[in-house]
Amino acid sequence: MIKYTPLYVEAAGRTLRIAFWGILFSLVAGLVCSLIQYFKIPILKPLTSIYIELSRNTPLLVQLFFLYFGLPKLGLVISSEGCAIVGLSFLGGSYMAEAFRSGLESVEKGQVEAGLSIGMRRSQIIRYIVLPQAVSISVPAFCANIIFLIKETSVFSVVALADLMYVAKDLIGLYYKTDEALLMLVLSYLVILLPISIAASLLERRLRYAGFGHSDTF
Amino acid sequence: MQDLGIQILFEGNNFVRLLGGLWITVKTALTAVVISLVLGILMGTLMTLKNPVVRILTRLYLEFVRIMPQMVLLFLAYFGLARAFHINLSGQLSALIVFVVWDTAEMGDLVRGALISIPKHQYDSGRALGLDNLQVYRYIIIPQTVRRLIPLAINLTTRMIKTTSLLVLIGVVEVLKVGQQIIEANRYTAPSGALWIYGTIFFLYFIMCYPISHLAGRIEKRWQN
Repeated sequence: MIKYTPLYVEAAGRTLRIAFWGILFSLVAGLVCSLIQYFKIPILKPLTSIYIELSRNTPLLVQLFFLYFGLPKLGLVISSEGCAIVGLSFLGGSYMAEAFRSGLESVEKGQVEAGLSIGMRRSQIIRYIVLPQAVSISVPAFCANIIFLIKETSVFSVVALADLMYVAKDLIGLYYKTDEALLMLVLSYLVILLPISIAASLLERRLRYAGFGHSDTF
Repeated sequence: MQDLGIQILFEGNNFVRLLGGLWITVKTALTAVVISLVLGILMGTLMTLKNPVVRILTRLYLEFVRIMPQMVLLFLAYFGLARAFHINLSGQLSALIVFVVWDTAEMGDLVRGALISIPKHQYDSGRALGLDNLQVYRYIIIPQTVRRLIPLAINLTTRMIKTTSLLVLIGVVEVLKVGQQIIEANRYTAPSGALWIYGTIFFLYFIMCYPISHLAGRIEKRWQN
């Protein structure tokens, strides 16, 4: 078992690196999409709606198959890692957008009007009133999405990426080390996800105070 | 002759085969949903109990299932069970078990959330009206719980359907596997088959999940109060 530990550590590192980029891009994509939806920008709004529905209602695995095996037929070849990051961002973007949109929508209209009445500009209202509250309200959903996305990385082995599942499958297939491989697999995911999950619930507890004007969030 | 490649879908009974594969996915998901709806309600009720032992056990179960990717759970059932207890399950059966175990935990948590979201005064005012315990549940608590639960449970169902795509990785011949077979069989006659087949599967999943999640959203809005 000790002999194979480096394999798992390496695979976990690779998984985490891809998860990091995927989550980063999906946060950015989510923010952009939700702002487009919130301000009802013409043309872009229906496009983002279509994107959100498409990516929320299809499994990541099928998206990856399409990216990795389908697109090369159009002459668009993406590496395994590229596929994994693009796929994860494509999936995550819509989840993050939904999370952030509900945050934006929960900032009451009265708050914006209050800002207007003390003479703030539109950009100032967004910067100082809407965004801080919206972000703090949507943090729990963000955290849930981050954990969800890291879990979703477990399907990357299908695009020939040597992640944790891939290593485990290899060990089972090559050496019949089923018990050890599975135990290590479970342990690796626990080591990755347990701290994040605990940190998320701590963060959530702290941020609950930020919900100003929402007696129900206390 | 170069062709568009789309006719790979309509050659022979390819499309029907894809739909057949899809049916296996949906069947697994729906069977698991029905079983775990029952188990989940039990689980959720157990979770609201004050007994510390029950509490810790259910909590551990929920957290473990939540933290492990479904893929890992599938591997545990498919390879682990065979190894540890010499139980050889078919891919489909082990998938069904995993989905039931997973969905029961998630459903249990939803039921728990719905139950504790009913304010205490609802129980109290029921009793003040002279209803007995059974009547309080029958006429006051259960109707409200169900209203909060149904949209969430429907969303969970779409998640299940999406997750069934993982079945291909433990050797179940479902829609993706059928797609692969069709692509391999037509490698020379339809070189761009992968694009069309995987594209079709993408939209099949979408066509299946979109109405369901749309329905959940509408029910949620209508029942908000």
